[in-house]
Amino acid sequence: MNKSTSSAPPVVEARAISKKFGERFAVDHLDLDVPARVCFGLLGPNGAGKTTTLRMIYGVTRATSGTIRVFGMDISQHVRAVRSRLGVTLQQNVLIEALTPKENLLVFGRYHLLREPELSRRAEELIDFLELRSHAHVPVRQLSGGFQRRLAIALSLVNGAELLILDEPTTGLDPAVRLALWSRIRDLRSAGTTVLITTHYMDEAQRLCDQVAIVSSGKVIASGAPAELIATRLAPETVEFDCTSSEEATLLDGVATDRRLRVGRRLMLYVDDATELIEKIRRHDDGDRRPIIVRPTNLEDVYLSLTGASLEANP
Amino acid sequence: MSISRPYALAVWRRNAAMYKKTWKWNILPNFFEPVLYLFSIGIGVGAYISEMGGTSYIAFLAPGLVCVAAMNGASFEVTYNIYVRLVFEKTYDAMLTTPIEPDDVLAGEVLWAVTRAGIYGGCFFIVLMLFGLAPLPSSLWVIFVIPLTGLLFAAIGMVFSLRIPNIDMFSFYFTLFLTPLFLFSDVFFPLKERLAGLWLWVAEALPLLHPVRLARASFNGKFSVIVLWDLAYTLGMSLLLLLWARRGVRNRLTN
Repeated sequence: MNKSTSSAPPVVEARAISKKFGERFAVDHLDLDVPARVCFGLLGPNGAGKTTTLRMIYGVTRATSGTIRVFGMDISQHVRAVRSRLGVTLQQNVLIEALTPKENLLVFGRYHLLREPELSRRAEELIDFLELRSHAHVPVRQLSGGFQRRLAIALSLVNGAELLILDEPTTGLDPAVRLALWSRIRDLRSAGTTVLITTHYMDEAQRLCDQVAIVSSGKVIASGAPAELIATRLAPETVEFDCTSSEEATLLDGVATDRRLRVGRRLMLYVDDATELIEKIRRHDDGDRRPIIVRPTNLEDVYLSLTGASLEANP
Repeated sequence: MSISRPYALAVWRRNAAMYKKTWKWNILPNFFEPVLYLFSIGIGVGAYISEMGGTSYIAFLAPGLVCVAAMNGASFEVTYNIYVRLVFEKTYDAMLTTPIEPDDVLAGEVLWAVTRAGIYGGCFFIVLMLFGLAPLPSSLWVIFVIPLTGLLFAAIGMVFSLRIPNIDMFSFYFTLFLTPLFLFSDVFFPLKERLAGLWLWVAEALPLLHPVRLARASFNGKFSVIVLWDLAYTLGMSLLLLLWARRGVRNRLTN
């Protein structure tokens, strides 16, 4: 981790922010600190309030209550100044289909009042950085989904954003494109850009993010480094197999596990050491050798245990 | 929050950049419409009409059709195009991730609609000059009437586009609003000779009537006091509607 992270003030500081739509709280007294120069993941199921939180951070949704400071400035007072220093890639690509990637970059650069020759220089830089060179002069409507997504990200970097906000950047992309995008995001982070990303892909969050906050019903319900969350919330190993509830009672009779999670027929047990547990299951499992998977516990388990399926914590 | 000229111009330039790519396909239908009317009605129907409003029928038609061209240019922009950007393409959501504010979006879009009105009205006016149907130099006053027409119809269309629930509503706008205006706003016949008493006052509410009268006054070179009323209506109505649209844009783009 970069040594400046501890000393520099947070890039985003949200204190008890709420947003009410009618009677419903989309965001409910949420606190968020995004330190400088990290990749920060905002995780949560659909409708958890992630996009609303982002919109409040860049000042298009006004908080019903609470305060947000971005780059140390109150967003409600300094919208233009804040937005001139950040970039946002929305969930939906917003591109001008009749224009080429280069032309799109020029148009978007003008939104930030960039002028020639700086404008073209930035556009060319981003064409190289996001590997758009081969199709730089092809109308956008002819580009694949991966190209279009990269261009959308390039647009949000045209002002040399210090804070890049990515709302579900890899949804709908194929695995190779996702990998390539992740590496670009890491490059940006290494170069000093703060990245705030929302996703419901936990593998993405675990690979990319230095810190995450898990949001549910408009509140942060857990936050920290992914590894730390796994260690403190669950246990290092996961044992996974199919069984019914009645089988579960027999198979795991007297087993003290840290935690269990059931999703349909699938049962997951989070344990410090899987060996003993597997032996036990095999002993009870008279002759019927059901497939058992043992794997390291990941962020998805933490996420599921906190947001989704019914979690039965044993005392 | 207020309008910032450079940001409004950036919005305008976005549309200009796109138009530069697609104008060949866009300009033809909108531009030819008034030209077709001019020749079919002006020459065809005009052959049976010895004079109207003191001139040949085709000369009577010409100034009104300049305004119709400007009205169409602005209207297409602030209806279908704006709606697609607002609802489907999310263009404004992306703009609002930059320092651009809703007021800049409105100003840039209105300016662009006025520009398109200028392109259509201007091209049509050039056609009229080439055919000797625009008396010079007095008809050159119409150069000011074209953007005013564009402004008025940009404001009307913008308010409409911000308030409708779906894109199908535009067919009402065109067939039940613009088409009747086109037919009953002094373009094809002098309203004041066909309407009696009270109806003449009702007709003053029609927005296209005022630019058409201004254009006709330019072509005739005869400016009466009524020009002041026409100017006041056009500017006043535009301003009122734009203030309304401003609230609509803010509510649609931010919450």
